[in-house]
Amino acid sequence: MEKGTFRKVLVIVPCFNEAESVASLYTELAAIGVPGCSVTPLFINDASTDSTLRVLRTLGASYLDNSVNLGIGGTVQLGFMYALQNGFDIAVQVDGDGQHPPSELHKLLEPLLDNRADVVIGSRFIHNTGFRSTGLRRAGIRVFVWLNRLLTGNVINDSTSGYRSYNRKAFSELVHYYPDEYPEPEALVYLANKRLRLLEVPVLMTERRGGSSSIRSLWSVYYMAKVTLNILFLHARRQ
Amino acid sequence: MSNFFSYRIQVVAVIAVLIFFGVIARLVTRGRLRTEYSFVWILMGILFLVLTVWRRSLDLMAHFFGVYYAPSLIFMFFFFMIFIFLIHLSVVSSKHHEQIKKLSQENALLKEKLYREKNKEGES
Repeated sequence: MEKGTFRKVLVIVPCFNEAESVASLYTELAAIGVPGCSVTPLFINDASTDSTLRVLRTLGASYLDNSVNLGIGGTVQLGFMYALQNGFDIAVQVDGDGQHPPSELHKLLEPLLDNRADVVIGSRFIHNTGFRSTGLRRAGIRVFVWLNRLLTGNVINDSTSGYRSYNRKAFSELVHYYPDEYPEPEALVYLANKRLRLLEVPVLMTERRGGSSSIRSLWSVYYMAKVTLNILFLHARRQ
Repeated sequence: MSNFFSYRIQVVAVIAVLIFFGVIARLVTRGRLRTEYSFVWILMGILFLVLTVWRRSLDLMAHFFGVYYAPSLIFMFFFFMIFIFLIHLSVVSSKHHEQIKKLSQENALLKEKLYREKNKEGES
């Protein structure tokens, strides 16, 4: 990508039962202006059981509607497919629960616009600002950091962060492969194996406005085991 | 009559296998079981039938494989078969998972496209 051209940016917002937060997120995203970019929010309703779909219709937002629940991985991947089919240059993932403030979006876009990276990860951990999640979760994240560094040599501190931006080269790869559940740490290994340049930038995150985390304590052991195993299998398949 | 009693378990087993065949046939004809899966179950049923009717077959096989306690051969064999079949089913289920995901994604993209086309028509 050359500098100075106008870029089409797709902001993918996966929504599962986020009726409380989509309206304010839509208003915020619609108001965002990044120089040199046109920003299009795309909400993806992952077969919500609440009124998310109705809210999206009322707002007049662009949205996709899954007929069956695909989980976060399949839903975000659908966003990448849309971005590829509709000629977008950049795809950004923003969680529907309002944890990722749109006001921080430009920080994720700048490294891509300057062609300093192919993938930018918004991180909670580089500076101690904003909401930083629980101790247990941080311990788990440290394991992934270590595993990631061991396998790919990359040091990504916030490997579970879902606030990310990808250029076309990067999201084209993810159209072919993106994990179903808890995709974030695994996707980093996949992208690194595809020799894409990853960059972590500090962003401010807020506490979720509605909904509940997809990682509850009872499932955290399963989560750790599954993601670790997936990363190892993925790395083995690379050869 | 004493003849009947000594064959009692065989009679029960044969009836059970016949009922089993009936159930499988019913599931297939009603479209609730695909023919390729019915093969596995029919083969299992035939095996059972052979073991029931020809009782010495088990002893002969146990002798052939050098198994001291013949019934353990049955357990081992069926355990092994079921195990393999379950792995096969997990593979099938994983494949279906991928296929459903892909179909649903394409469906969502088409729905959106259709919606857009319709809106365009409405405007013009």
